[in-house]
Amino acid sequence: MKKILAVISIIITGALLVYGVKDFPKWADPNQPASLHVSPRYIEHALDETAVPNLVTAVLGDYRGYDTMFETAVIFTAGIVVMMLLRRPRKW
Amino acid sequence: MVEDVEDIVISTLSRFLIPFMQAFSLYVFAHGHGSPGGGFQGGCIMAAAFILIVIAYDFKEAKRRFSEKALLIYCCVGVFIFVGTGWLCILLGSNFLDYSILSKVLPADPVKARYYGIAMIELGVQITVMAIMLSIFLDLVTKGEHEEGLK
Amino acid sequence: MFEYFISKYNYWMYVVIILIGFYAMMAKGNFMKKLIGMSIFQWAIIFYFMSISAKKGATVHIIGGHGAHTVVNAADFVNPLPSVLMLTAIVVAVATTGITLSVIIMIFKRYGTLEEDEITTPE
Repeated sequence: MKKILAVISIIITGALLVYGVKDFPKWADPNQPASLHVSPRYIEHALDETAVPNLVTAVLGDYRGYDTMFETAVIFTAGIVVMMLLRRPRKW
Repeated sequence: MVEDVEDIVISTLSRFLIPFMQAFSLYVFAHGHGSPGGGFQGGCIMAAAFILIVIAYDFKEAKRRFSEKALLIYCCVGVFIFVGTGWLCILLGSNFLDYSILSKVLPADPVKARYYGIAMIELGVQITVMAIMLSIFLDLVTKGEHEEGLK
Repeated sequence: MFEYFISKYNYWMYVVIILIGFYAMMAKGNFMKKLIGMSIFQWAIIFYFMSISAKKGATVHIIGGHGAHTVVNAADFVNPLPSVLMLTAIVVAVATTGITLSVIIMIFKRYGTLEEDEITTPE
């Protein structure tokens, strides 16, 4: 019963994903929308404004610094949650 | 001296590999500006070095080198270094995480001050990621009871 | 007709892997198998985003060998933005996997088994 329902929902999801294939860009297309709006500005001005040759570190640390700060908070919270779930206090 | 090890081959090899992995993780962190690397990658390699101690030797050896109290202090220090850099930029008169104002404190021009600001926050990220990866691994492997060792 | 299959093959690989992970999450009865399905699902999404960043005839996104005053052309370098966003996504995947594993440990301590049918039947 469970497997029949799983197969039906797989077929429906697969049909929806195949229907959306004509909107997706080609592999390694230079004019796809992901590399047109803000990405050329980061590539052209990163070395002049930050003096860091590695573009990923410049974007991660400087242009998108807020995301990195909250992502550090996410990994910290995950460690605290695992501590809270699994450690039991000693009986005095 | 460690006795009753699991296997003589693994313990001898890891005696050579563990200091090399720790030095390599610091190298990957320090060269994050000019080659692929950075804070996250260096922190994961450093945590992997300590996990190799748990695998090759006894669990008590890893606890002797890095106790749980030190792990907690390290992960909090990492987050404080990151947010403290942003606070320092506010105290000096500019926006949060705007590193060009750090040229008042460091001996560099405003463009190079952003280079140093990125290096400071990557240090905070590396310390936190290393401590949390090791802490999650130790909690999962011993099922919470740290006094008993590996189960 | 074949142009859809060959020019977008990263998208077809993503669809196949994501459906495999989705089926494992729904149809398997053991909790560890469901967790492996969730992990396959997450890594398929990260894989697809990283494949968007490719560009024809471009080199890796590290500007080396230049001085500080030569013109950098945006069509020569691979897009760095998906790599940056997926670094955060990888850390989130690790965090959810760690927390799910600790919840599985607690379920095992309480019930003694990891099969879904034995846990959810009312006794």
